Amino acid sequence: MDDALLDKLGILADSAKYDASCASSGAKRRTGGPDGLGSTTGAGICHAYTPDGRCVSLLKILLTNYCLFDCAYCINRRSSNVRRARFSVDEVVRLTLGFYKRNCIEGLFLSSGIVRSPDYTMEQLMLVARTLRRDHGFAGYIHLKTIPEASPWLIEQAGLWADRLSINLELASDRSLKEFAPEKDGGAIKAVMGQIGERILEAKEEKRRFSPAGQSTQMIVGADASTDLSVLETSDTLYRRYGLRRVYYSAFSPIPEASSALPAKPPPLQRENRLYQADWLLRYYGFTVEEIAAGGEGGMLDLGIDPKLAWALKNRGRFPVDVNSADREMLLRVPGLGARAVDKIVEARRHTTLRLEDVARLSSGLKRARAFLIAADHHPGGLTDRTDLRQRLVAPPKQLSLF
Amino acid sequence: MDLKDGADLDGFRRALRGLVAAGVEPDDVVWSGGAAPSLFGDAAPLPADAPPVPLPRPVGALIGTVVCHRDPERYALLHRLVRRVVRGERDILDHHADPLVHRLALLDKAVRRDLHKMHAFLRFHEVHDPDGAERYVAWFEPGHFIVEATAPFFVERFESLVWTILTPVGSLQWDRRSLTVGPAALRPEGLDRDDRFAEGWQRYYESTFNPARVNPTAMRAEMPRKYWANLPEAAAIPALIRSAPARVQAMIEAEAAAPRRRTPDRAVAAMARQEPASLAELNRIILAADPLVPGATKAVLGEGPEGAAIAIVGEQPGDQEDLEGRPFVGPAGQLLTRALEEAGIERGGAYLTNAVKHFKFAARGKRRLHQSPTAGEVKHYRWWLMKELGFVRPRLVVALGATAALALTGRSVSVLRERGPMRFCRTGSEGWDGFVTVHPSYLLRLPAGDGAEQACRDFVADLRQARGMVEGPG
Ligand code: SF4
Repeated sequence: MDDALLDKLGILADSAKYDASCASSGAKRRTGGPDGLGSTTGAGICHAYTPDGRCVSLLKILLTNYCLFDCAYCINRRSSNVRRARFSVDEVVRLTLGFYKRNCIEGLFLSSGIVRSPDYTMEQLMLVARTLRRDHGFAGYIHLKTIPEASPWLIEQAGLWADRLSINLELASDRSLKEFAPEKDGGAIKAVMGQIGERILEAKEEKRRFSPAGQSTQMIVGADASTDLSVLETSDTLYRRYGLRRVYYSAFSPIPEASSALPAKPPPLQRENRLYQADWLLRYYGFTVEEIAAGGEGGMLDLGIDPKLAWALKNRGRFPVDVNSADREMLLRVPGLGARAVDKIVEARRHTTLRLEDVARLSSGLKRARAFLIAADHHPGGLTDRTDLRQRLVAPPKQLSLF
Repeated sequence: MDLKDGADLDGFRRALRGLVAAGVEPDDVVWSGGAAPSLFGDAAPLPADAPPVPLPRPVGALIGTVVCHRDPERYALLHRLVRRVVRGERDILDHHADPLVHRLALLDKAVRRDLHKMHAFLRFHEVHDPDGAERYVAWFEPGHFIVEATAPFFVERFESLVWTILTPVGSLQWDRRSLTVGPAALRPEGLDRDDRFAEGWQRYYESTFNPARVNPTAMRAEMPRKYWANLPEAAAIPALIRSAPARVQAMIEAEAAAPRRRTPDRAVAAMARQEPASLAELNRIILAADPLVPGATKAVLGEGPEGAAIAIVGEQPGDQEDLEGRPFVGPAGQLLTRALEEAGIERGGAYLTNAVKHFKFAARGKRRLHQSPTAGEVKHYRWWLMKELGFVRPRLVVALGATAALALTGRSVSVLRERGPMRFCRTGSEGWDGFVTVHPSYLLRLPAGDGAEQACRDFVADLRQARGMVEGPG
């Protein structure tokens, strides 16, 4: 790797870092064998964590940060003064293989600014994936960000080689999209999501490979005026209508060279956390968007407490529930009890009547759960209905430790 | 009966068999660190070749991980667990709240976490052999005795590389064929010297950090300090954290850049230009693309003049078409040529193509057996067919057989029942006048006899009718 390539790597990793959709999970088990390279394990491995607490699992870079478009929230937009660089297909292949062999990454997450034309750009992305797989027997994870305006046959070809395809929706409403990303077309984005979703289903039925780890998208929160409720409604639709595997939320982050169309201050990162928690409740805990939103005010989630606790505090009439008899659905709604803990509880209580200390061994969230639970030796009494319950459960804010 | 240092699963298994066979109570055994158990009192000597102890699978798996733990009590705890299983508590591991089960679950979890961290945080360095061969070496300091347990992961992932993993509790060596487990090692000097990729990795790590989100607590929860010494990129952490607040402040204070409204005309024009502008350009795309059906050496393109009055669409190229790269040259193609002639259609004046551009086959020895494309596959190729016909602009499109009719109508068509004129839609109201008839390969499959001859005559009659449709009444 010469200095010029090192320099490009710096620029094109920097401009790719605002995309949150970088997990490497969901691929079927696969190995490269005696002549190939790599494997996917199903769960994906985080190979490092940066000081922002987020994991490094894939080599996340842009093919180029030149772009014809002018999306206000994006550092790579046409009107930004950021330094530009561009990789060749072979350079990306070399970097991916080099880092993979050193066990630094699980694979590649490749995105790109739109250069020359959407088709040309999409073709370059597809060629990287094809070269890795076909010429190098690469069995690691490949995630390609598709260019929605590209022709269907290119996206089709990309799906032959990639583990996951994604298209960033970026903003929850078509109106915001018009305002902040004038050249993007919400309809086109959803049409491609539909196309990919359909292809994934077909390929499953025909036992072919097509983006086997599904598709995902990212929404930026805090750049426009969308409420949490409308963001979650959009996600809910995406999960149901297009079978998306994941929706990622990325709190709008101040960028160097920010457009004046944007707020100068970032939204609290906590908002992003709360959305992830809410998304989780949506997908695995049987909550509806309305229930989650009802835990907050005016369409916004409560930033001080997690959405499950918020819901429980507003629905105290449904608590306390008895760990020894409540059904799984209701246990899942107890603050502090995760799905894994609930499964263990259900299994363990077939053998014994659970006391509070038993529950403590099965769940690390007992402190919060106490007020909502009945166990063989425990009843919260009036605790559930105390007006200061919220204060009692919320730890005072901690200072971030910088060292 | 010796237990080795570290994770001695075999030794433990042997000891356990003896203890169970002799009916020794767990409380009467002292397991001294990694060494052999010693028995108090006047217990009988353990039988050397006791029979295996049958255990439920999850218990066996748990033993496999827990023996890797550093806790000197691990063997004693496992012995107690096994004793209870033998006494009849076979589903003991479901008793998550049981103190012993809980304690073992914690040990199990710690070992699994350590395994996971070794899979994640181990870094190979390329070392330069005098002969220039690629070789990779890593140094790692695991928390527990897990080195051998990580071997399957690294062998599977890096089977095609030659590598060595060195640790203070053992080492692994892989030469692309076999694995050698070796003794503890010392930290090697200057591993990442001259490795530009290691340098590149640090640059990447620094660049991918977003200072506006600094959160060292979350980082340390997942990547505790004890691992940093062997992670080359970790050297950058203190400086990244220190400079983060200033970098963010600078971004926020910097006045938002006045949008340099570069004109979007170029962007918009470039987008409009992206669809192929000619049949030749479309054909280049098709040729460059990979088959969407299994098999196929290369795409077989349509053949004939643009502007042909009749376009004939078949199913997909066959064996011979695939080899020659031309449509309708095999037996079915020859039959088609004769029928066209009889119907008064000049083959060279028509446009001939297939719904699916690649030969789908299954290999049986040397033979390549034709396989029909699925509805999904037909749909993948539909875009190309529609574009192609858009360039050719025929006055009539003839679909040969059900697959072609499916591609042109988007629905399944019963050819024998619906043969004859039909409107083929593209999108909305756009489309072509069409005609559906059988595929000549269907005629080839009919057993020779009267029926077959009649079918051939019907086919020619269809083609004649199609010709009549473009030439008008005359
Ligand atoms: S198209 Fe993508 S890269 Fe280009 S400005 Fe918009 S978001 Fe940024």
